[in-house]
Parts: sequence; C-alpha cells; structure tokens
Amino acid sequence: MQSSNGRSRGGGSGHESPAENHEGHDLTPAEATGKVRYHDPWYDALASGWGETDGTGGPAPEVPAARREDADHAVRAGDVYLEVQRSAAFQEVRGRYLRFVVPATVVFFTWYVAYVVTATTAPGFMARPVAGAVNVGMVAGLGQFLTTFLLTWAYARHARLRRDRAALELRWDTQELTRGIRGGTS
Amino acid sequence: MTGNHQTLALLLFSAFIAVTLGITTWVSRNRHGSEEEFYAGGRLFSPMENGFAISGDYLSAASFLGVTGIIALFGYDGLLYVVGFFVAWLMVLFLVAELVRNCGRFTLADVVAARMSERPVRIAAGTSSVTVSVLYLVAQMVGAGSLVSLLLGGTSPAARAWTVIGVGALMVIYVSMGGMRATTWIQIVKAVLMMSGTIALTVLTLVRFHGNLNHLLLTAAARSGHGAAFLAPGLKYGGDWTARFDFISLGLALVLGTAGLPHILSRFYTVPTARAARRSVVWSIGLIGAFYLMTIILGFAAAAVVGPDALRKSNEAGNTAVPLLALDLGGGADSTGGTVLFAIVAAVAFATILAVVAGITLASSASVAHDLYASLRRPNAKPRSEVAVARVAAVGIGVAAIGLGLVARNLNVAFLVGLAFAVAASANLPVLLYSLFWRGFTTRGAVWAVYGGLIPALALVLLSPVVSGSPESLFPGVDFQFFPLQNPGLVSIPLGFLAGWLGTVTSTEVPDEAKHAETEVRALTGAGAV
Repeated sequence: MQSSNGRSRGGGSGHESPAENHEGHDLTPAEATGKVRYHDPWYDALASGWGETDGTGGPAPEVPAARREDADHAVRAGDVYLEVQRSAAFQEVRGRYLRFVVPATVVFFTWYVAYVVTATTAPGFMARPVAGAVNVGMVAGLGQFLTTFLLTWAYARHARLRRDRAALELRWDTQELTRGIRGGTS
Repeated sequence: MTGNHQTLALLLFSAFIAVTLGITTWVSRNRHGSEEEFYAGGRLFSPMENGFAISGDYLSAASFLGVTGIIALFGYDGLLYVVGFFVAWLMVLFLVAELVRNCGRFTLADVVAARMSERPVRIAAGTSSVTVSVLYLVAQMVGAGSLVSLLLGGTSPAARAWTVIGVGALMVIYVSMGGMRATTWIQIVKAVLMMSGTIALTVLTLVRFHGNLNHLLLTAAARSGHGAAFLAPGLKYGGDWTARFDFISLGLALVLGTAGLPHILSRFYTVPTARAARRSVVWSIGLIGAFYLMTIILGFAAAAVVGPDALRKSNEAGNTAVPLLALDLGGGADSTGGTVLFAIVAAVAFATILAVVAGITLASSASVAHDLYASLRRPNAKPRSEVAVARVAAVGIGVAAIGLGLVARNLNVAFLVGLAFAVAASANLPVLLYSLFWRGFTTRGAVWAVYGGLIPALALVLLSPVVSGSPESLFPGVDFQFFPLQNPGLVSIPLGFLAGWLGTVTSTEVPDEAKHAETEVRALTGAGAV
C-alpha cells in the first residue's frame, strides 16, 4: 500500500515506523515496539496484539492460539486494566465520551423517529406549504440531512479536541503496564 | 433502446471488469496470505481511501436506481426512505466505529467474544452475520439479473441467468484472489465512478432547470399527475395503518441496522487506528450525504423530464429512472450524448452491483472462517490456515448466492434488503452495544441477544404477507400469513434487546469485572489494539 509510508505525520517518528510491520518484516519483537519514541501523539502505530498475547506485530498466529493466554498473565494483565479503568484520567475520558454521545444519540434518534412517525401519521401537516413548492415535509427531510452533517462535525471536533490526546496517553501508559507484566516472557 | 446503447454499455462493462481484474491480479501478485492481509487488507488504508470504500460498499444499486425510481414515481416518500439510510451513519459514528476498531480484529464476533465464553458467542454472532450477508447478497444478485437485462434490453430468461452466474463468478474471483485489498480498491474505483456520474447528471439537471429547484419541484408535481400530493408523504407508504406501521418498522430497521451490517463493520479494520476509523466515517458521511441529496434531485428531475408514464412503461418499479433521465439530458434517444450518458449510467450501475457483492462476500467468508470454522472444527483436526478456509468459504458463498439468485430470479425480492437491515438491527446491534457498554452483560445474555433477535426476525417474515397469502407473495397459492407487516423490525429489534437483558439477568454467571475493564479501556483508548 503505497500511501502507507506517508502516513505518520510530523518529523522524528517516521524513521522506525512499526506501521510497516505488516508489509514485510515478519517479526517485530515487543522490545522493538518498546523502543519506539512517541514524539508525535498522532503517530498511527500498530500496537501489539490483545495485551497479554505474544506481542508480535507480524502476521497473527492461528486465532484460537492467540487468545489462549497463560492464565497467570491474564489475571495480572486484567489487574492492569482494572487499575486503568479506575484511574481518574480514564474516568475523565470515558465521561467526556459518554457525555457527548449519549445526549447526541438520544437527540438524533428521537428527531428521526419523530420525523418518520409524523410523516406516516400526519401527512396533512407535512404537506403544509412553506415557500413556493417547499412544504413542511421538505424542510423536515432536508433538516435531517443538515442535523446529520452538523452532529458529525460536532462529534469529530469534540473527539479531536477533548478526547484524542488523553486517550492516546492512556493507551501508551496501559501498554507500558501490560508490557511490564509480560516483559519476562517475550 | 437501440443497439448503440447496448454496444457502448457492454464495452464499458468490459472495461470495468478488465480494470477490476487487473487490480485483483496486481494486488495478489505479492500477497502474503496472512489473515491481516486477507481480512483487513494490511490495515494501512488512509481515512479518505476507506471513506470512499465505505460509501462504495454501502451505496448499492438499490440506492442508485431504486431510490431515484421511488422518488420519480411516488415523490416525497422516496425522500422519506432515503433519510433512514443516511441518518443511520450517526449511530455508526457515535457508538460503533471507533470502539469496534479498538476492540476487534476482523469480525463483529471478535468484539463480543473478547469478554465472554468464546465458543457459543462466536457461533451465534457468526451465524447471524452470515445470515445478514446472504439475505443482502441474494437481493443484490437478483437485482443484478433484472437490472442488466433491463439496461441491455434483452429480457430473455437465459440472459438473466447468465448475468447472475457471471456476477457471482466475478465476485468469487475478486474476493478469493485479492482479499480485502482488492475488494477495497474495487470499492474505491466504483465510488469514484458513481460520484462522478451522479455529479454530472445533477449538473446537467440544474442547467436544464436554470438552477431553479422550485421550478423543478413544481414541474415534477404537475407532470406526476398527483399535484401537490406528490411533494408530501403518503403516496407509497400512506394508506391503511398496516402500510404505515410497515414503513415505521422499515425506518427503524434502516436507522439501527447499518451499525450491525458485517460488511460495514469489517471496513473499520482496514485502517490503522480508531482515529482513522472515525475519520473514514466522517468521509463516508460526507460522500453518502452528498450522494443522497443529488439522488433526490435526480429523482424529481426524472419525474419532471421523463414523466411517470414513460418510466412505468420501461419498468413498473421505476428502476430505470436514472438511465432514462440520462438519455434525455444527453439530448434524446438518437443523439450521441444521450447514448453515451445512458451507457455510462448502465456501466456505473453494473460496477455498483459487482463492488457491493464483493464486499458482502468477503465479510461473510470472514465470518465463516474466523468465527464458525475456528469454533466448530474438531479440536484435534489438523489445523488449516484460516485464510485458506476463508478462500474456500468465499467460493462456497458465491456458489450458494448464485444458486439462490437463480432460484429467486423471477420472484419479487425487494423486501430482502429491508429484511437484511432488520436482522442486522435485531441480532447484531443489541449484542454489540451491550458488550461495549453494559458492565453486567454475560455469555448467556450475548447468545440470547443474537438468537432472540435473529429467530423472531426470520420467523415473522415467514409468517408475513411477503411469503404467503397475498397476490405479490413468494408463494401466492398458500396462506399461512399471520404477521401483517412486511418488515419485522418493529417487533424483532425490541425482542433482540429484551432477550439480551433477560439472558443476562437470569444467568448465574458472575460477569467478569476484569474482562469488562479490559474491553472498556481498550475500546476508549485503543490500548493493545491490533
């Protein structure tokens, strides 16, 4: 995929992009990912697999095997996730996400259902003219398009400004912690 | 339709097939045969590429030809229909895309199975994903048969049958040879072709009406024979209360089903991060929204320029509205411009079908190999490469789709698309949302949520007027109709959510705190994402 190499934005981090792992190098030991410096927060790295799995970024092993992790490690990795989940930083990210998404979903879903129900049960109201050939129904239908575009823009902006950076820091922290547990084995 | 159209259209069809086969060969030239490569195309597509591919996957011939036809014949009700297809993307953007990208590897079942007892959940989610895909696939195959014969003028049964077989063979080649990488590039090429064609027609329409949309709407209303009623709801989905509830049911299925479509979910794994997944959805919302807005203009333009009588004469369901509009906008039946535009529209429609069926086949082969085969094979059997199984599964699904498409080629299968969305909304969405957001969700809850949505949805359709008891039924001769609505969504979607809740509260299993913590942390931060 030719476009892939130009992906990592910003200087400094492109030179050892593990994003190329899947392109050819069969093996990227966890140590290699450990050495990667995260200068650029938007650096789209492919991280290691499901936490306590083998940690290679190369071609995934047989699926059932990949998930059959050492029970002991699984327990301790689970503790890491519990710890992260209880941390204030994570609760803040989670809260910001839910505080945007839940009201927004309720609003768009209610607005859509109201539109469909009104159109099917009160066509007379929808036929009321507004200006020229445009009636209430046309305004409502185009309004659905408009609100969808607006909510998309608002969500993308909210996620970019309020969530991405904190989530990325949590991601690296969590991976450091799980890697510490797995460290001896890989 | 004269021979010129057909020759040129066939030429463009062949060019598209040649280009896509070229892409497939080029891509499979140095394939590694890894799962990452086959199911996810190496996960390195850019958000823009994936955004185009998502819109290419989502906008089927039903959107390009069907929606414009409904608007041209029934006016406002077509707009009402299209809004559901579009608004649904907010659900995908807000609740599904990023979290699924962070938690899963290749399929929907990955997300759910991560915190549950793996085998039963994987079998359940795999079964429902394959069911949704097959329903959608058969609708597309039958559509392909009737569409190509419609556009090329030859309506002989043999031509239809060969079209179904040809489309099926091509999609099997794309998928089993090229995997996700080839399929994605085919989607991108198709999306670009489709957007360009639609933009060209919209510009020509606006030029014809001097940019005066009010005049366009008034002409359409006057020409339709319905007057002002053409611009208000009720011509298609009005009438008795059964029909109205039927539309509410369909609307619900559309808005909730998109987030559960396996071939849409699998697209999020082709980008490297959740952020890229979000940006690809933003791209696709822009493209799909723009496309549907243009479709609305084209639909009204077809009513105004071609007129409902000519449309009905060509095809009772209005599926030829866009090609006939293109013919007229290009200068009429005997002009070069008309011939060229008509052939382009026909070729775009054909490309659309090929791209959509390839995407669905890939997603369902992933479900078969990654979920069903991996869970159901005997534990001591010699392990085969999962990709090899997926390639064989793609061939099997292709053969099954061709067979079903041939059996159903003369039946009225318009309900199948709505049914696929209803099954996705009732069986896939509840389990997905519960496992992402509900701390206490258990394995039994997950299994019940899937089957509790899947079985009612299919059973209600079997008992509905689309199968028996009315002149338009699949089996008009018998009558075991019991459920009045054509689309089961209104009942089966709440049942899916209810079953998941019931299964959870009645199970003795204690939900695993650590697994839930892992899912939640992974979903929201991307820690440990593949």
